[in-house]
Amino acid sequence: MTLKHTRRTFMAAVAALGVAAAASLPGNAQAADEPIKIGTFLSVTGPASFLGDPELKTLQMYVDKINAEGGVNGQPLELVHYDTGGDPNKAVTFVKRLIAQDEVDAIVGGSTSGESLAVMPLMERFEVPFISFAGSKKIVDPVQAWTFKTPHTDTMACEKIFEDMKKRGFTQIAMISGTGGFGQSMQAECQGVAPDYGIEILADETYGPKDTDMTAQLTSIKNTPGVQAVLNPGFGQGPAIVTKNYRQLQIDAPLYQSHGVASKKFIELAGDAAEGVRLPAAALLVAEQLSDDDPQKPVVTGYKAAYEEKHGEGSVSTFGGHAYDGLMLIVDAMKTAGSSEPQAVRDALENTKGYMGTAGEVNFSENDHLGLTPDAFRMLEIRNGDWVLVDDTTG
Amino acid sequence: MNEATPMSPRPSSASTANISRPGDTTPPGAPERPAPQAPGTPRTGAGSAGRPRQGLKARLMKPRTGGLLVLAVVVAVLPAFLQNAFHYDVAIQIGFNAIVAIGLNLLIGYCGQISLGHAGFLGVGAYFSAITVTNFGWPPLLSLVVAAVVVGLLAFVIARPILRLKGHYLAMATLGIGLIISIILNQEAQLTGGPDGMIVDPFTVFGFEFKKPWHWYSLVGGLLVIAAWLSLNIIDSPVGRALRAVHGSEVAAEVVGVDTTRYKVMIFVVSAVFASVVGSLGAHYIMFLSPQEASFFHSVELVIMVVLGGMASTFGAVVGAATLTALPQFLTFLEDYEHLIFGLILMLVMIFLPKGVVPSLAALFKRGGEK
Amino acid sequence: MLGEFIQYLFSGLTSGAIYALVGLGFALIYNASHVINFAQGEFVMLGGMGTVFLAAAGVPLPLAVVVAIIGTACVGFALEKLAVEQTKNASVVTLIIITIGASIVLRGAAQVLFDKQFHTLPAFSGDEPINVLGATITSQTLWVLGITALIVVVLQWFFNRTLLGKAILATSVNPLAAKLVGINVSFVLLLSFGMSAALGAIAGVLITPITSTNFEVGIMLGLKGFSAAILGGLGNPFGAVIGGLILGIVEAFGAGYISSEYKDAMAFIIILLALFFMPSGLFGKKGTERV
Repeated sequence: MTLKHTRRTFMAAVAALGVAAAASLPGNAQAADEPIKIGTFLSVTGPASFLGDPELKTLQMYVDKINAEGGVNGQPLELVHYDTGGDPNKAVTFVKRLIAQDEVDAIVGGSTSGESLAVMPLMERFEVPFISFAGSKKIVDPVQAWTFKTPHTDTMACEKIFEDMKKRGFTQIAMISGTGGFGQSMQAECQGVAPDYGIEILADETYGPKDTDMTAQLTSIKNTPGVQAVLNPGFGQGPAIVTKNYRQLQIDAPLYQSHGVASKKFIELAGDAAEGVRLPAAALLVAEQLSDDDPQKPVVTGYKAAYEEKHGEGSVSTFGGHAYDGLMLIVDAMKTAGSSEPQAVRDALENTKGYMGTAGEVNFSENDHLGLTPDAFRMLEIRNGDWVLVDDTTG
Repeated sequence: MNEATPMSPRPSSASTANISRPGDTTPPGAPERPAPQAPGTPRTGAGSAGRPRQGLKARLMKPRTGGLLVLAVVVAVLPAFLQNAFHYDVAIQIGFNAIVAIGLNLLIGYCGQISLGHAGFLGVGAYFSAITVTNFGWPPLLSLVVAAVVVGLLAFVIARPILRLKGHYLAMATLGIGLIISIILNQEAQLTGGPDGMIVDPFTVFGFEFKKPWHWYSLVGGLLVIAAWLSLNIIDSPVGRALRAVHGSEVAAEVVGVDTTRYKVMIFVVSAVFASVVGSLGAHYIMFLSPQEASFFHSVELVIMVVLGGMASTFGAVVGAATLTALPQFLTFLEDYEHLIFGLILMLVMIFLPKGVVPSLAALFKRGGEK
Repeated sequence: MLGEFIQYLFSGLTSGAIYALVGLGFALIYNASHVINFAQGEFVMLGGMGTVFLAAAGVPLPLAVVVAIIGTACVGFALEKLAVEQTKNASVVTLIIITIGASIVLRGAAQVLFDKQFHTLPAFSGDEPINVLGATITSQTLWVLGITALIVVVLQWFFNRTLLGKAILATSVNPLAAKLVGINVSFVLLLSFGMSAALGAIAGVLITPITSTNFEVGIMLGLKGFSAAILGGLGNPFGAVIGGLILGIVEAFGAGYISSEYKDAMAFIIILLALFFMPSGLFGKKGTERV
């Protein structure tokens, strides 16, 4: 009996040990030569890894570069990174870790809108300057004091696309959207602004982010009378399959993709089927094609060259560009403020004017924590396996 | 437990005790088999759970009291080691997961019924609370209770057809139900915010807002001890004995007159309600809710907690939850290798401690006790 | 209307053939060991990614395919030898967790060894679609269907006509008795894991031109393949194929005629209904529970 009882108690003790072990989580960070700590949480794995992967690579690359050039305000930068796998709950835990345990000075990141939205209340409560890399408009509307973001909103992409459609005389279109966060959000935004451009959405189909064949949905669209163009908001391999299926079904209407596929990878995956596809994207993709007097040209060619030198020809994407912009904005704000004190950095950030980044010219203000205008987007068309600028509003 | 009483009215209680014999043939090492008990001993209220003739010391040494006491002490002492909001967060998440795992353990460990869809129940509870509180201004506590009832009913309705299935087919069915719930939560964006998730109002009870980490810690810690106590009582009741019979051999149990389906349904409902309550609270705690809470991965994670800690062991479920919640935080320094190493640890533990951490270590500690 | 119907059917066959091919792998391992291998999707991923990266490293494509398939088979051997075989009396749930652990390891390894990008392979015989009665189908889909059919035929022959195949079946029915009649049970298990891994890798090579691949592509494929195998009835390769095709066709018709948002849900509802009425799947053996 006694033995048995001891055993029970022992088991409970094991349980206790487990909990206690959890308590002695990784120790507090060292405070040696006082680096400025930049925290980041990204979807380096998981369904949004194609966002998080280039974002992390960009941050690591430029933190090293900045340190090699003497750091910020005489202090070196230190990047503290956690992989969320795209899970907002994990993002919340990691942001608490960044703030409470690692005691970072500022946070950049949040590859997906869900992660960014989930952690925003923490940034407000703990007063940490935060720049999100995610698309949703909800991140900056309504404006929160401590949260900024670098990518264009999905609404802007819709507006850019509809503008182009209008120019080409298309008023009746169909949409086929991915059901991931990005696709659904953009689908809703586009539905919202379509009437402003006199555009009617005749068919509205969706597909799962991991679907293997979309010909069924596209057949429905093909058989909808009056469709003049088709728009496909989505990211990952989905849009590539849509594009291939689109050609397979020999649909004649022009196909528009979103800024969610803005990397060479898309052309590689969709192959010949990608010919003639249009999409709105930041100038980064067509860096060399910009006119020499374009003020954005040096920034985008510089980033592109640096990224591709390290990670291979054609590897640059606008997603990494968002991370570049985020890091540079924070660094600039720290330089302007002359310190990494959160309140000062936040204020300097809010007063950023005329910063030229990969996404366009950024002008933050009290009421605008995005700071980009829709004309920061360029309309591109894929021709001969490469991006071609079809915008006449360049520059 | 009082819930047990309607299931086994006094006249049948003796016969229930008798059929506990097949239960005794459960796989060796099922660690929480209660000490042999005189057939028909009336189970009084849980407060006076011990048998009348036992002394105080004996009562404390009883697995239920002893183990629970240790758990309660750990919960009470742990805050001394928690240095910041992040530590509290991990501890609170462990508590949440442990409560779900304790419920799931009743199903997996004692009924031998796997569920790969439990995050679905958690998700329904979470979204029910989030939507009614945030969009319709219900009091959070009311929402939590109604959500639990709704999830309980849902579980009850689907339990009968589903629990007829065996083994992998049951796994598939629960997986399917979890996935259907997750698809609905993703698609009904008007209501749920879709894949981008929704912001959730804080948890307030009669004007008191749970805001500080230690508010939540106290709440979750308390609930964890209550959940463990409930679980131990269910195991140690006539129903529990019937349950072990189910795991041992369903046919044998039926032959001697145990209504196995009824017990399985009951436990299925109980475990779903545990998940629902945690879902509701978790949504308020994070103040944000995304469909990932109801995803297949989360379901699998919950099952791993139960199996890793040790099936048929309430404290195993707690250890499993603690391990699986805290381990990734320790592994972050591995960067790209994190998942590789995490998977390896999981495999190695299951290969060398196939019965789970707690039962295997207990057996080792016992140095060849029973068989 | 007819054209539309046929197009949905083709769409369903394309997805269905993929699910069927993955489902076959589940059936094969289950047949020999009664283990559900949740790392089956990762075998598919390894086949596709392995080929892509070998080809990128300059290995001629046909050779890259062969090496990737053999390499994946070796991973299958290793999984059986180092993990499954070590757990002699582990419960089914424990084995499931071990294979889930293996899937995490394989994904983690692929993430380090390969990369996190999506990749594709050229279609075997060009991208030109084939027109049939106003609908189109790609030649790659025909490759998938054809090779799936071939594999089913070969497996039927293997299990019914060869000594080794019969030994595997015997082991599946009663491992102890099989041992007593002199079957090398551990070799049979090893072989079935290797075969199933190779099968997964073949699937990966075949479907990459259609779906493209990355290190996490196995998760969803594994889930669908598992569903296909269960719907068809565990342990019946033929059933897994039919299960996969039904799944794909339900999804396509659901997306085409009802709602693309809920096409996956419809597929799972069909599976649930099927299980409620046929608790052992469409072609599964009536389950006998050991008392």
